[in-house]
Amino acid sequence: MTRKHKRLVLILACGLGLGSAAALTLTAFSDNLVYFVSPTDLAKSDHTGRQLRLGGLVEQGTVERTSATGSAGVRFKVTDGSADVPVVYKGILPDLFREGQGVIVLGTREPDGVFRASEVLAKHDETYMPKEVADALKKSGRWNPGAGPPPPASTWNEPVKQVTGQPPG
Amino acid sequence: MDTRSSAASPRSGHVLHRFANPGQFLRLSGRVLPWLYWPGILLTAGALIWGVFFAPSDWQQGDTVRIMYVHVPFAWLASAGYFSLAVCSFISLVWRHPLADLAAVELGPVGAAFTAVCLATGSLWGKPTWGAWWVWDARLTSVFVLLLLYLGHIALVRAFDDPTRGYRAGAILALVGVINLPIIKFSVDWWNTLHQPASIGLTGAPTIAPSMLWPLLFSAIGFTLLFAAIVVTRTRAAVMERRIRGLLMAKASSASEQEALS
Repeated sequence: MTRKHKRLVLILACGLGLGSAAALTLTAFSDNLVYFVSPTDLAKSDHTGRQLRLGGLVEQGTVERTSATGSAGVRFKVTDGSADVPVVYKGILPDLFREGQGVIVLGTREPDGVFRASEVLAKHDETYMPKEVADALKKSGRWNPGAGPPPPASTWNEPVKQVTGQPPG
Repeated sequence: MDTRSSAASPRSGHVLHRFANPGQFLRLSGRVLPWLYWPGILLTAGALIWGVFFAPSDWQQGDTVRIMYVHVPFAWLASAGYFSLAVCSFISLVWRHPLADLAAVELGPVGAAFTAVCLATGSLWGKPTWGAWWVWDARLTSVFVLLLLYLGHIALVRAFDDPTRGYRAGAILALVGVINLPIIKFSVDWWNTLHQPASIGLTGAPTIAPSMLWPLLFSAIGFTLLFAAIVVTRTRAAVMERRIRGLLMAKASSASEQEALS
């Protein structure tokens, strides 16, 4: 029994040491583990000329298609609510790209403040709902997809309730 | 899994030894096995038919959302399988439980396969949704590390001529790798990732519409039962294989003794 206890204590001690080492390492490298920076982060420090990923929502009413120069391009602003960054991109956008959608753009910031993207990824949020629920939320005015993520799930009503229930007075 | 981890306290160590008897294990697992296979097959088949043909499509992903009914259970089982591997390794290192050794060896390939399917289905979902097959964000990278840990364990437990040394080395690797499990779970909360945060949590309502949540829960239960069934079947096969090898060795040694005598 004592040998077992010794092994048990040894393993628990090793686990504790390893756990704290990992926690310290992860805290130290936290800045390198983020996949993208927010517009606020970008405004705080000078990243001009360095390739990085910028993440945020596509600001409502800022998407402009620029097809004048021959190849299809797009110009929009990425926002996190407190800061926004103008982005230009030439290429194919993901299907989920729209105003209000979370996106991650890879590219560099030019000296004039414009972010020149070489890749645009759409970020899917944790919400999954059928088209009917989305339509009902939009129709009742509780959600504008252009303005940001949908309201909390507990406030959704199933479409059946929308049809049969009394409209809220 | 819960019963195992609760049995892992030092006081109940003697309880473990009742299950160390291979004969007892074969009898008990033989009785349990049909209760894992049949509900597992029926639930999985039902949930997948429900998910693929009857559940609604997502308002922005369209039909791509149906990948979720395979991807999410496999992702859960990849982590849960590794946790079971770690529990077996812990029992093996502290109590030298022979069945825990065999179960750990048999868990590895199943967990690795589930992790690989999780990564593959995630990749198939990522291309149409995100616009990329693969990105090196914290969630995807930590699950890839989980696959490497499984593969490392598979290789390590088979790398020694003396199986006991393989079991010990594999158990240490498995326990060290446990640190990856909270990183996988919380990567989406701790750091900015492309992968979305969890939709189902202990606190707060799930952010999945109920019409999509139910088939997901049923497929998760179904795949979990099948995962357990596969691991128990493999462990039974390993116990029987060991028995047969023991019998053959005994026969061979008695034969050579007789030869030496004559």
